[in-house]
Amino acid sequence: MTRTIAPGTASETRLAWMLAAPALAVIVLVALGPILWTFWESLHLHDLRMPWLGRPFIGVANYAEVLRDVRFWSALGHTTVFVVTSVSVELSLGLVLAILLDRITRARGLVRTAVLVPWALPTVVAALIWRFMVESSSNWLSDPVMAWVPLVLADAWKTTPFVAILLLAGLQTIDRSLYEAAQVDGATAWRQFTAITLPLLRPALLVAALFRILDAFRVFDLVFVLTGGGPGTATEPIALYTFATLLQHLQFGLGAALSMIVFALAFIIALAAIRLFGGRAFLERAA
Amino acid sequence: MAGISLRQAGKRFPKGQVAVENLSLDIADGELLVLVGPSGSGKSTVLRLIAGLEAPSSGRIFIDGEDVTDLPPQQRDLAMVFQNYALYPHKSVRENLAFGLRMRGMAPTAIDERVSRVAAALGIDTLLDRRPAELSGGQRQRVALGRAIVREPRAFLLDEPLSNLDPLLRTGTRAELALLHRRLSATMVYVTHDQEEAMTLGTRIAVMNQGRLEQVGAPLELYERPATVFVARFVGAPAMNLWSGDRGGQPVTFGVRPHDISVVAPGSGEVDGVVEVVEPLGPQTVVHLAVPGRDELLRVMVSGTQRVNAGDCVGLRWPNDRVHVFDANGGRRA
Amino acid sequence: MWVVVGVVLVPLYWTLVASLTPENRLFGTPSLLPGRLVLDHYRALFEARDFWIPIRNSLVVAGLTTLLSVTLGSACAYALARMAFPGKTLTLALVLAVSMFPQISIVSPLYLVLREVGLLNTYPGLVLPYMTFAMPLTIWLLVGFFRQLPADLEEAAFMDGAGRLRTIWEVVLPISAPGLATAAILTFLYSWNEFLFALSFAMGPERYTVPVAIALFRGQYQVPWGEILAAAMVASVPVAVIILVAQRRIVSGLTAGAVKG
Repeated sequence: MTRTIAPGTASETRLAWMLAAPALAVIVLVALGPILWTFWESLHLHDLRMPWLGRPFIGVANYAEVLRDVRFWSALGHTTVFVVTSVSVELSLGLVLAILLDRITRARGLVRTAVLVPWALPTVVAALIWRFMVESSSNWLSDPVMAWVPLVLADAWKTTPFVAILLLAGLQTIDRSLYEAAQVDGATAWRQFTAITLPLLRPALLVAALFRILDAFRVFDLVFVLTGGGPGTATEPIALYTFATLLQHLQFGLGAALSMIVFALAFIIALAAIRLFGGRAFLERAA
Repeated sequence: MAGISLRQAGKRFPKGQVAVENLSLDIADGELLVLVGPSGSGKSTVLRLIAGLEAPSSGRIFIDGEDVTDLPPQQRDLAMVFQNYALYPHKSVRENLAFGLRMRGMAPTAIDERVSRVAAALGIDTLLDRRPAELSGGQRQRVALGRAIVREPRAFLLDEPLSNLDPLLRTGTRAELALLHRRLSATMVYVTHDQEEAMTLGTRIAVMNQGRLEQVGAPLELYERPATVFVARFVGAPAMNLWSGDRGGQPVTFGVRPHDISVVAPGSGEVDGVVEVVEPLGPQTVVHLAVPGRDELLRVMVSGTQRVNAGDCVGLRWPNDRVHVFDANGGRRA
Repeated sequence: MWVVVGVVLVPLYWTLVASLTPENRLFGTPSLLPGRLVLDHYRALFEARDFWIPIRNSLVVAGLTTLLSVTLGSACAYALARMAFPGKTLTLALVLAVSMFPQISIVSPLYLVLREVGLLNTYPGLVLPYMTFAMPLTIWLLVGFFRQLPADLEEAAFMDGAGRLRTIWEVVLPISAPGLATAAILTFLYSWNEFLFALSFAMGPERYTVPVAIALFRGQYQVPWGEILAAAMVASVPVAVIILVAQRRIVSGLTAGAVKG
């Protein structure tokens, strides 16, 4: 609901602009500008290792090269695997954790603190901790398939609390009397879960899913430190591949094309998800 | 004190809802005008238009003959008492009262003097250094009033000031407001949804429905000669009995107030009925009767001493000159 | 429930024990109960590796980022929440969109620009890029917060004769402390933990932040796990303290409006 206070006089509008402009200017400067630059760059040949080639306009040649690149498709595949596994694990575990958190009455603050610490740690720290644990007790990290396990585990350890907190808030908005009525009607705990909890938790689940899918898609820190994308490039997600292209191979034009593809995909995911639940949750705050 | 006028004021919200339509109203200097109506009738919007918190989509607003339509609320010199009091939670009572005077650039000593005087008059002088959170509902209401009084504005705007008080406190505060009005000879625009409050407080009452003025007049005038079916039903409790009929070939709606109907022996009145519900109120009793040809129960007010029981078959009689007639189409008095 | 808490904390316990375990025993059989405990790694951390430097860098960067984003972001958020101006929906859409940018997609232009203006390996060279996530976060949190402040408080101030700026200063800001605190805490946390930009825009150990420093620890002959884990512990302690103190705020900030369907 829009409650704009006091009639819109010209000086009001001016003041509103003055209040909003600095933040907007910064955002345009550091985000909008760069993304536009990236788009423009992606249409040029720009290899910092070969500066004598200059920076000619080559249209969509970079994109064509990316699409021909096997390593690109592997990276995309790795990313998809990671997104699907980690998000499913985190949503399920998060739901269980949220239900448990909902039940406890004592030392609520302490429990929530304990549970939130992994989420609050820098990702690299979490990754290092897990790498140490995994390296000192197994050699999974040298196996191209098993290397995924610590990645998903570490990600789950770190972000399940975040999911749980989101879902917990959703759980707490469900009216208790619905469960009581169902109990009187003879419904089992499982039935109550599927008939009351899940449907009413849908908006929260979708929000959590959206956040997690976007974040998992952009995963970088965790993989960089835990597996380095290895062994070889067996666990390299798309963000890491882009990073390698840009700051290790110094192929800026190609890297820009990769960046744009990552950006476009992220956007499509976001739009699809928002469309899925009508954009209510986001535009509610805007309306 | 000042008179307030609205000329063909209208307010349409961006989503399309029309809150107020073509409303013209004159509020005389020193009068207590009550804007009353059901929720959604637009009464709060009218108040906010006068205050300047909303800009009208059409029409003009005048205070003391001056066109203030384009003036922001800061410059209209009006004071408003909000339904939820809107006291500044982080400021003490003293600071709450002083705020408006500080904004006007009044000298600190003068502010102190006025704040103390008004606080004493309202009986909140012992609370001056407390925060709103430490006060009871009734005390907060007084602070809200004090904040308005201390500014000595051109007029007071009150938005359902009693609705958040519990019933016992309400009647007492109501009387105090009436006294305050008399003592200050203040122009007051008072919004409420409670018709009893309206009837007891207002010099004049403006009944609103769906953004339009149904009738404006003195309380008794609204009671004795309601201009529309809506006003007839809204004013007076229990509500007037209404039924459709026909007069000289034209479809009309007849109305008779429960107070004007007497219970007599069956057969000796206009119509007979069977008593369904008896509600003893003490000095009076409300009797609901089933009457042939009517879906709704007929409401009759009888003396508390009269013995009436559910199931009784009785006659109902009313004098002809107490029957109100309304046009069936427009609902206006015919 | 306590089982879950235990499971969650096991890795941290393991790390703590390992960080206090002498070097030669680090990759031995892990045991729940520690044997000999030493402070060697912690000492090496601060004496040989000057871990104070990354800590200082992180504090400065996170602090400046928080200050800048909360100041500018709250002004913008207030305008978005309470005032009408042309381009408002566009602004909100922009803020939302920017928060979804993959960082990797803007690393290279930022790198080149920072190099151009000589801001690589400097504090502003990190604080400005951090605005890409800090600003939308702050704006988002505060718009939600301002919206649920009772509007009649501001209206009462208007009736009392206070202009918009005066009202913001004397009425809105004082009661916004909780919301501003939440925004500040979350912004600080995200800034402290940021890795990609810090890795890309810092050119030498003088300007490494804590995550980068830890990730790039190099040992003489092998990965210096002892010191890495000690650093991990050091990095975790302030985080744990912040969470303990501000847990309620953080939770309400994360969930504010995110669930009201």
